[in-house]
Amino acid sequence: MIKSYAEFVVKFRWLILALMLLIVAGAGVGAKNLFFNNDYRIFFNKDDARLKAFESIQDTYTKNDNVLMVFAPKDGKVFTPKYLAAIEDITKRSWQTPYSIRVDSLSNYQHSESVEDDMSVANLYENGASLSSDELQRIKKIALNEPLLLHRLISEKAHVSAVNITVELPKMLTDEKGVVTPADPTKLGAEIVKSVRDLKAYVEKTYPELTVYLSGIVMMNNAFGEATIYDMSHLLPITLLLILVTVFLLLRSVSGTVITLVVIVFSLATAFGLTGWLGIELSSPVMSAPIIIMTLAVADCVHILSNWVAQMRKGSDKYEAMRESLRINFVPVFLTSITTAIGFLSLNTSDAPPFRDLGNVAAIGVMAAFFFSILLLPALATVLPSRVKQQEDTKTLALMSALAEWVLSHQKALLLSVGALALVLIALIPRNELNDVFVKYFDERIEFRVDTDFISDNLTGIYNIEYSIETKNSGDIANPQVLADIKKFTDWMTEQPEVIHVNTVTDTFTRLNKNMHGDDPAYHKLPESRELAAQYLLLYEMSLPFGLDLNNQIDIDKKSTRITVTMKTLSSKEVLAIENRADQWMTDNIPELKAVGVSPSVMFAHIGMKNIISMLTGTTIALVLISLILMFALGSWRYGLLSLIPNLIPAGMAFGVWAIIDGEIGMALSVVTAMTLGIVVDDTIHFLSKYRRARVEQGLSAEDAVRYAFSTVGIALLVTSVALVAGFLVLATSSFKLNSGMGLLTAIVIAIALLVDFLLLPPLLIWWDKWLNKGQKTAVEQIK
Amino acid sequence: MLLKQTLSISLALAFLSLSTNVQAKAPAENPQQKGLRIAEEGDAKDIGFGDTSANMIMTLKNRAGKTSRRVISIKTLEGKGDGDKSLSLFDQPADVKGTAMLTFSHGLKPDDQWLYLPALKRVKRINSRNKSGPFMGSEFAFEDLGSQEVEKYKYNYLREEACGQGWKCHVIERTPAYKYSGYSKQLAWIDTKEYRPVKVMYYDRKNSLLKTLNATGFKQYLGKYWRPSMMSMVNHQTGKSTTLQWSNYKFKSGLSARDFNKNALKR
Repeated sequence: MIKSYAEFVVKFRWLILALMLLIVAGAGVGAKNLFFNNDYRIFFNKDDARLKAFESIQDTYTKNDNVLMVFAPKDGKVFTPKYLAAIEDITKRSWQTPYSIRVDSLSNYQHSESVEDDMSVANLYENGASLSSDELQRIKKIALNEPLLLHRLISEKAHVSAVNITVELPKMLTDEKGVVTPADPTKLGAEIVKSVRDLKAYVEKTYPELTVYLSGIVMMNNAFGEATIYDMSHLLPITLLLILVTVFLLLRSVSGTVITLVVIVFSLATAFGLTGWLGIELSSPVMSAPIIIMTLAVADCVHILSNWVAQMRKGSDKYEAMRESLRINFVPVFLTSITTAIGFLSLNTSDAPPFRDLGNVAAIGVMAAFFFSILLLPALATVLPSRVKQQEDTKTLALMSALAEWVLSHQKALLLSVGALALVLIALIPRNELNDVFVKYFDERIEFRVDTDFISDNLTGIYNIEYSIETKNSGDIANPQVLADIKKFTDWMTEQPEVIHVNTVTDTFTRLNKNMHGDDPAYHKLPESRELAAQYLLLYEMSLPFGLDLNNQIDIDKKSTRITVTMKTLSSKEVLAIENRADQWMTDNIPELKAVGVSPSVMFAHIGMKNIISMLTGTTIALVLISLILMFALGSWRYGLLSLIPNLIPAGMAFGVWAIIDGEIGMALSVVTAMTLGIVVDDTIHFLSKYRRARVEQGLSAEDAVRYAFSTVGIALLVTSVALVAGFLVLATSSFKLNSGMGLLTAIVIAIALLVDFLLLPPLLIWWDKWLNKGQKTAVEQIK
Repeated sequence: MLLKQTLSISLALAFLSLSTNVQAKAPAENPQQKGLRIAEEGDAKDIGFGDTSANMIMTLKNRAGKTSRRVISIKTLEGKGDGDKSLSLFDQPADVKGTAMLTFSHGLKPDDQWLYLPALKRVKRINSRNKSGPFMGSEFAFEDLGSQEVEKYKYNYLREEACGQGWKCHVIERTPAYKYSGYSKQLAWIDTKEYRPVKVMYYDRKNSLLKTLNATGFKQYLGKYWRPSMMSMVNHQTGKSTTLQWSNYKFKSGLSARDFNKNALKR
């Protein structure tokens, strides 16, 4: 059957070429549906309990999508007429930011104070340029003592200050003709980013003594897109070049290299075209798929083309050579593609949707690469001119047989040393710590990371936890007992070492109480009756400026209030620790008001662990399916069982190596085991199938079968592994840590897999030869 | 087909000649002047109401559709030469019952405000330039509700168009003259017959549409003064909205300046 297929492909090569073009065009059109989603929320399931709680907070209170602009004066002094005037100017201009609903800065902070029986509410200052030194001192004192400003808009040392722009992205857009269309948040975000970057350019030109730093949710979302663009423009060309050079060096054939390029391009176009048709959103993790697909497509091409070239070198014409190559390679290429696709598909058990998408897109790409390798590749190869010198490649073959001899003469030593190394490395796995620092998802090549690091070091944290404290009845927020409990909680929170700032409505109550009693410090405490508290709240509502309302902190019904805790940059472990402590404290002290802490930081802290647990299922399913395929392909359950060792050990050893070189595991690395399982199994399939053919069909001894396997597939395994490791190492240089970590660990797994297949598998095969071939009659025995 | 075309062309011509005729009768009035004239005429129509009192139910609605209700009674004394004086008294929710606010509105100067908190038993004068801030947590700003003196805006007449119920409206662009206004401009629909403000669209300082106010259920009092029974303000940027339901309008009930001073707050 495979033979007639090979005949068919060579015979109808022009028809196949035309068909392939049609197929890739048909699939490729789907690319018009592709869209990039840079919202960090895509990392969570829509029904994730914490995401839901977070979104309910976002619906109840003012949303906190923002751009935080921080201005650092060269002289390190904020309270100078020049700096304060600049902030005034910048504040005014910030209102022009698209979709902004509120701008907060030192200049427009609504300061309230009491003068006899008057209460005045006004901007903290106006006409900054003309402030006297007395006035500057007064403003400084107010700002540094105001909980709403300190560690939020002004640093403790008064050396940097910020302008915070709150934005609200519309869900629908109305154009000039009144047509309403759903808004694309990525585009809206880009408009905001452009506007604030223009503002930054203006500031740096107009006030050269100021350095501007940009952070906030909008900038973080934007960074996902920019990291991807950076990767696409830097890593893709490198991958492509690397692949072409490798293929050319191996095949020493221009047309072979061109064919490989065409197969890669067609596989990519089909994978992303179908992605578009399926409506899968693009995201930073998904955008590692092009490099993965390219690298894996090369493996298919190399197997078929190298045999083709080898046949021609032996003297066959290009048609005959292709028929023979297809006959030999169809089954292994099919099996390895299937197992690789299964590995990727198992990512569907991941808890983070972008990794499910990555798995599906890569699986589609792998199958597309298979499809094009067995149809497009032979058609193209027989159409394109190709000249190959007749020669026998003896050098590399000699190398392989030398390796085989060395392995055979050091069997025991290899079994012991590689086995011991594997045990040691696997024992190191627990030293890896679960850790995701989501600011560090971006490396220093991305502006957001650098700016955010500066802001965390100098002004405020970008990690936070929000608590929505719920009471039973509407208006209960004014209940003195409730307020006292909230204050106890926020006082406790403020004392925690991780905490930089706590934003709580109780601060507003104590300030107003003081204001309403002629600024008497004795009244800097919570109001004692519900009526008074409720009336203060009303007074406060009346004094709020444009764009601010009570909804920032209190829901419409005055039944619940939001407390926002700002923290230093923490690892996921530390975030979970403070979350747990807060949880325990509330259970012990204010059980009736207990709330769940939510925020992007908390969600990212949980997802690493959740993803590891969910990927355990995926890995198990992939392992079972792949092992079944192997048993079927090798025609022996014993060989299938044995294959578990070279299939599983590499991932185990790689995580041990990881404990030594990095030691932190997050959301991305949890998918590596399942993903690489499908890839490392390819080497095992090739090696074991050749070994078994020699051992059973040709009746060779175990030692000779090892020699045979090395000489037939050794080079191909070496080359494809080198190409794969190189491809994933390119991914390891990604500016997006989820992708770079995944790339590096995958490269390690594949490299170890090759070592295990070459050094540990042969001694194992010989050691367990009797058991493996029990009940199996070798060809020689059958003849007898 | 041909007939229809001819008909529409001749109609258009007739209309054109008519409108040039109208323009010829009122020469030298540019859109700014026309806008101002209409504002002045509207203002003049409301002169002499003396005082009013009314009850208001304010319903706030958030993005998620949750609502909350406040009941307030409001008295207004017509200002002579200056803005109006008004006194708002809270009735619900219960914990703010008796809270009262006295406002002397001034065109381009900050308003004077006093607040009485019954729990504190004290009147506080509130100094604030803050006319752009929200009124009692609603989508209405102080500047949307205060008396609309002519000098508060610069005007630009845009067009005339139908505005529901068979009414025709002047569409006027108003640019706030107050430095601390939250708006870059407003578009106001004023009906041509009685000068009732039917609709206002508010544009924020970056010139994006912020809110739309719709006023409905206009009733005439004392055979002269029109007041809406329902005002609804929708914030397009946040998805929140507020409705004000007015009832129990009374005019000329003999209120005087004595009903609008600090002592009146405590009653």
